[in-house]
Amino acid sequence: MDFGPYLMLASLEGAVTAAVLALTAIGLSLVFGVMRVVNVAHGEFFMLGAVLAWWVASHVGGPPALGFIVALAIAPLAVGGLAALADMTVLKRVNYDPERTIVATIGILYILQQVTLMTYGPEARPVEPPFNTRLALPWFEWGENGFQIYWPWGLSTTSYKLFVIGAAAAVLIGVWILMARTRIGLLMRATQLDREMALAFGIPVERVYATVFGLGGALAALGAVLIVPTQQAHYLMGGDPLLLSFIVVIIGGLGSLPGTVAAAILIGLSDGIISVFFSPMLAKILATMLVALVLVFRPQGLFGSGEK
Amino acid sequence: MTSNKTTKQPGTTRRGALKTLAAGAAASTLPLWARYAGAQTAEPIRVGFQMHRTGIGAAYGRWYGRTTEAAARLINEAGGINGRPLEIVVEDDGTDPKRGAEVVEKFATQHKCDVGFGTLFSHVVNGSAPRAGELKLPYFIVSEGHQLASGGLNRYTLQPGMTDVKSQVQAMAPFVASNLGKKVTMIFPDYAFGHDHRDYFSEAIEAQGGEVVAKLAIPPTETSFTKYFPKIPRETEVIYHVMVGPAVLTFVKEMGEFFGPSRPELFGFIDSLEAVDITSPGLEFLDGSHFWEGMPRYAQPDQSPYDKFYREQVGVDANGASLNDSRDVSTYAHMFGCWETLYIIKAGMEAANYQGPKDRQALIEAVEAMTDMPHSNEHPQGAKIFNGKTHQGFGPQYISKLEGGMLKVQHTTSIEDTFYPDEVDYTTQSF
Repeated sequence: MDFGPYLMLASLEGAVTAAVLALTAIGLSLVFGVMRVVNVAHGEFFMLGAVLAWWVASHVGGPPALGFIVALAIAPLAVGGLAALADMTVLKRVNYDPERTIVATIGILYILQQVTLMTYGPEARPVEPPFNTRLALPWFEWGENGFQIYWPWGLSTTSYKLFVIGAAAAVLIGVWILMARTRIGLLMRATQLDREMALAFGIPVERVYATVFGLGGALAALGAVLIVPTQQAHYLMGGDPLLLSFIVVIIGGLGSLPGTVAAAILIGLSDGIISVFFSPMLAKILATMLVALVLVFRPQGLFGSGEK
Repeated sequence: MTSNKTTKQPGTTRRGALKTLAAGAAASTLPLWARYAGAQTAEPIRVGFQMHRTGIGAAYGRWYGRTTEAAARLINEAGGINGRPLEIVVEDDGTDPKRGAEVVEKFATQHKCDVGFGTLFSHVVNGSAPRAGELKLPYFIVSEGHQLASGGLNRYTLQPGMTDVKSQVQAMAPFVASNLGKKVTMIFPDYAFGHDHRDYFSEAIEAQGGEVVAKLAIPPTETSFTKYFPKIPRETEVIYHVMVGPAVLTFVKEMGEFFGPSRPELFGFIDSLEAVDITSPGLEFLDGSHFWEGMPRYAQPDQSPYDKFYREQVGVDANGASLNDSRDVSTYAHMFGCWETLYIIKAGMEAANYQGPKDRQALIEAVEAMTDMPHSNEHPQGAKIFNGKTHQGFGPQYISKLEGGMLKVQHTTSIEDTFYPDEVDYTTQSF
């Protein structure tokens, strides 16, 4: 493949990866930002969203788009409810103590994973995208006959992948509006700044916490419903998103939404381009190394504002 | 807390009732084991089944379990082994090499198993077999890896019921070169099993006058694949793919999206689609492509009575899915290995007049002495020839074409096609 089309394919793939990363990391970042809770079970909420998408899609008849839309509504609600319940029954009981919440969420991780294995089973199951057209992309060159447009071999994307990029942008804008422009967002930011003071001003901190944890789970599930048509639902699929979310959130700065977005784009694009031109292994090595460098030289992350 | 003191109730207590129930339950099983009272001991023969119940091999593990269960039930219905009942002791290894070694250890020391059995994934075999050798536990693998026949393992490890990658690809190569094309790009997972494919297929296709123009190693945990495809050279005539793990559907789908209408020929190992419904969305792209199958998933027009019997007993329909749920697709091309291996263990124990762990060496020697295994209910996949020196079984291979949502066998190789010169002689190693 020529350099130009090759680079375009790499950037497109990178943009899809960036969208996927942003969608999975945003919930983790939100939960850490407001609650200072490192939610190790985040990947499992993602997995549950994907499995529910399969379940809904296979129980709702009709065209794939119908099942997809129903899943888009049901999965985040169900997973968000479950996450809020986990907050009230588990995390609240350990007083959000940092070490104990990590251990508790590891427990939640295994419970969710094994219950899924016992009920849903070990198979990877596909979810049909609501629409998916292969779009061959043109490229241009100045040849002997002057400016020419041609269709290089393999240079293509699908309409659904473009939709995922758009959907990721929409979800991110939605979360930003929620945080910056609504009353509940105000309460969340107040709780984030100073929990005791918020409590003194009559903010129901416990309810805010349950809401935020539920919202984090719901965002993971929403991301999963959007992403799963490009992959498959499988009970172990939560591992990768968790790791990648941590990478993105650490580089972007724990709790910083703009940082999360910037890091997702940085990691996604570099992963796409480096893995196409060099090797996917090198891309992973570089991403991990970047995490190490950020932790050493700028522990608060690129956009983080440091300890308050 | 003095208020908690209670006086003992005379008459029925919960504990007493439970004891009675337990005794009753034990008594109700009496006729089953009383049948074996004629043997010197009615102790069951314990076969430790190392199962990939969790981890990336879980879909295989589930069907290996069902097949093993069916074979064990039949063996017990027919009177067990040497007049003793057969008991399958299941331990999950999480498809993890380290846990595999621990499971082997549990079989030998804790469960007092007579043999270990059933491991599939080659990296788990590599992690577990050395421990079996140290503990002197006969260890019957149902893998596909060539590491055993290449001399990399030990005398206690045997693979009589499943053919290895080297013999499979060697038997496939002539078909690929003469029917599909000579310029091949290989796409394989980046670990032992994939490396076996890379090394032995490259060799085999060169022997046919073909050439491997590119080798794409993909990390086993990869979830997106489009970024690898631009590395496929334009001159490629055939893509040889052998992906495993939960992301294979994505792999196939993205390959379809990459090539669009102008794809090269495809030759795949069914490992890519084991436990996957061929009619899943996204797989239309594979229509017309060829696959290796260890055993044809779809009942063929010339189905043998043995295949029919085997399907009925395991609970698999003519499309290779569970009788109870047509969406629960089996790992049909591999799981026959458990069935056949269990019957080989039985035959070996009978030939060695196996009585207990002290006869383990005699069991290994009895299996090593085996050669021909005819096509039968015990060997439903086809006749086998066992090589006692390399501890490896050889059998026929199938090449099928995916047409109209089902796999139709195009070519069946002979057993001789799969032979290669011995690379080791385990019988010269001491016990």
